[in-house]
Amino acid sequence: MTADTVLEVKNLKTWFYTRRGIVKAVNGVDFTLRRGECLCLVGESGCGKTVTALSILRLFDSPPGRIVEGEVIYKGLDLASCTIQRLRQIRGKDIAMVFQNAQSALNPVFTIGDQIVEQINAHGQVSRADAVAKACRLLEEMKISQPERALKMYPHQMSGGMKQRAMIAMSLSCDPCILIADEPTTAVDVTIRAQIMHILQELKANRDMSIIFITHDLSLVREIGDRAAVFYGGKVVEVDTVEHILESPAHPYTIGLMRCLPDISTDSKRLPSIPGNTPNPIDMPAGCSFHPRCQEVMEVCHSKDPALMNIAGVHAVACHLFSAAGGKN
Amino acid sequence: MSSAQILQVRGLKKYFRVISGLIPRLSGEIKAVDGVSLAIGEGEVLGLVGESGCGKSTLGKTIMRLEEPTSGEIIFNGVDVVKLKKKDLQAMRGKLQIVFQDPDSSLDPRMTVGGSIEEALIVHGVQDPAERNDRVAGLMEKVGLEAGFVDRYPHEFSGGQKQRIGIARALAMDPQLIIADEPVSALDVSVQAQILNLMMDIKDRDGLAYMFVSHDLSVVKYISDRVAVMYLGKIVELADKREFFQNPLHPYTEALLSAIASLRPASKERILLKGDVPSPLNPPAGCRFHTRCHRVMAICPHSEPEFREVAPGHYVACHLYA
Repeated sequence: MTADTVLEVKNLKTWFYTRRGIVKAVNGVDFTLRRGECLCLVGESGCGKTVTALSILRLFDSPPGRIVEGEVIYKGLDLASCTIQRLRQIRGKDIAMVFQNAQSALNPVFTIGDQIVEQINAHGQVSRADAVAKACRLLEEMKISQPERALKMYPHQMSGGMKQRAMIAMSLSCDPCILIADEPTTAVDVTIRAQIMHILQELKANRDMSIIFITHDLSLVREIGDRAAVFYGGKVVEVDTVEHILESPAHPYTIGLMRCLPDISTDSKRLPSIPGNTPNPIDMPAGCSFHPRCQEVMEVCHSKDPALMNIAGVHAVACHLFSAAGGKN
Repeated sequence: MSSAQILQVRGLKKYFRVISGLIPRLSGEIKAVDGVSLAIGEGEVLGLVGESGCGKSTLGKTIMRLEEPTSGEIIFNGVDVVKLKKKDLQAMRGKLQIVFQDPDSSLDPRMTVGGSIEEALIVHGVQDPAERNDRVAGLMEKVGLEAGFVDRYPHEFSGGQKQRIGIARALAMDPQLIIADEPVSALDVSVQAQILNLMMDIKDRDGLAYMFVSHDLSVVKYISDRVAVMYLGKIVELADKREFFQNPLHPYTEALLSAIASLRPASKERILLKGDVPSPLNPPAGCRFHTRCHRVMAICPHSEPEFREVAPGHYVACHLYA
């Protein structure tokens, strides 16, 4: 663990014990988050990116969910095994979360102001006037016009974009070290998405904060990310700097994912696609979980699960095509 | 336009009455579709883009007469759909079909998928069960599903497969026009590409036309021949695809295009629109876009711009081009 690492996730496994079987939603995830960087977790639905984020703060329902293995190290403390009282002091204060759907994450019977003040008070004795003033400043930072008025509004009086911004303001209320943003722009329109991405970019530039940005949209990764981790079947299959991963992806899944996006800047006659469907997390394919859909599948892929290995600099890939020495086999 | 037009929509309006209060009374009208005119040629794909609440889905449903239009004309194959009696409407719907956004809620969970597809054939009077079975098997094959899947239930399929079943059902009566209402927005990108390719293949083979409703401009660019942009119940720009993407005229189109994140580095400064889409219950006076427009002029809040042809085939409703 180097000095500028703020969060380290080691071999994390979060399984859900359901009646139909064990859902291995997160099945051996490793990554580190550095100070001041924005790490993007990218993948399709069901790949485990959201459960990974929820596991950091243990926000999933337990039962059925359980962290069966692994560590989440924050400032020397293992969040995966510490007491719930200790974890509660960290949630919202040190590590805050912005959810995909602001509509269901906000409490409909309290005003936005009350909800932000509640969070400020939960982590320290602040006078109400100071807390309100701080809430007001935060809404202003989120570019909400007439913040005093917005504080007195209930969630249903706000538009989707305003709610999402109010939720980001709330997550920032205790000046967290780490902000986890779980698909914060998926439920809003493109013009509102552009506004929210702009706010997140400003936060990244102005605050001393690390961001974990979860998305299924590779094009957003270019806008905000420093590094990206691509998820497939509950595992990280590739990690690299954003520029490098978008220029020259190595894992066959990353390559396929990039190619099947219709890109506005090019004319294409026919879209390349990845055959088949995302795997069922109850019944993962043996060996490499991507092998039934992989164009470059080999004999070894059917039986042996490749480990995530560094091949050059910060570039790590979990694929039998690559060896630890770097370069393609 | 060179090819014959199969659909012409003129001045179509759909208002929803809002009834509220303890003693229920009419408190307003949502002008979801407010005077839309467009045409679709044989074998053409018209992409219809807009943000949520702009009325694009209502427009699709109103053309199908799943919603009764408030006023206006819908001419399909020379027949005014608005005036059709129920029986004739049903016959017409065999040739004018719709594919919905959410394949989960558009299939009956208690019916086998074969049954769901067959139902379309029964409704349209295919009497012979053997013929129906053959046609169901043929349709399944056409959309890339094994014919052996007919006895399975929707929950046994993935999202992409369910959307294929929805398409098979729409194809049952060899339609001439399919209204595709955000058919890929519920799907993952790797599966989205499969469905888009399938829709293109079917179009090339059967020569049918699509009205492709979407909020995603990059998908629309891929599939469309012409593109229309809707804002608060009105079409603000309509042009051929090439012209539309190379030379967008309406400030709203400019903003939409610049809001798209691309895998390539952005070349231009992004236009950030102020605020949210206003409520369709009380749209702004004059040009409806003036409250968010970055090129607003003195005239915009007072006078509504006309939808005019400013270049061959390129229509725009904006005072900048008056």
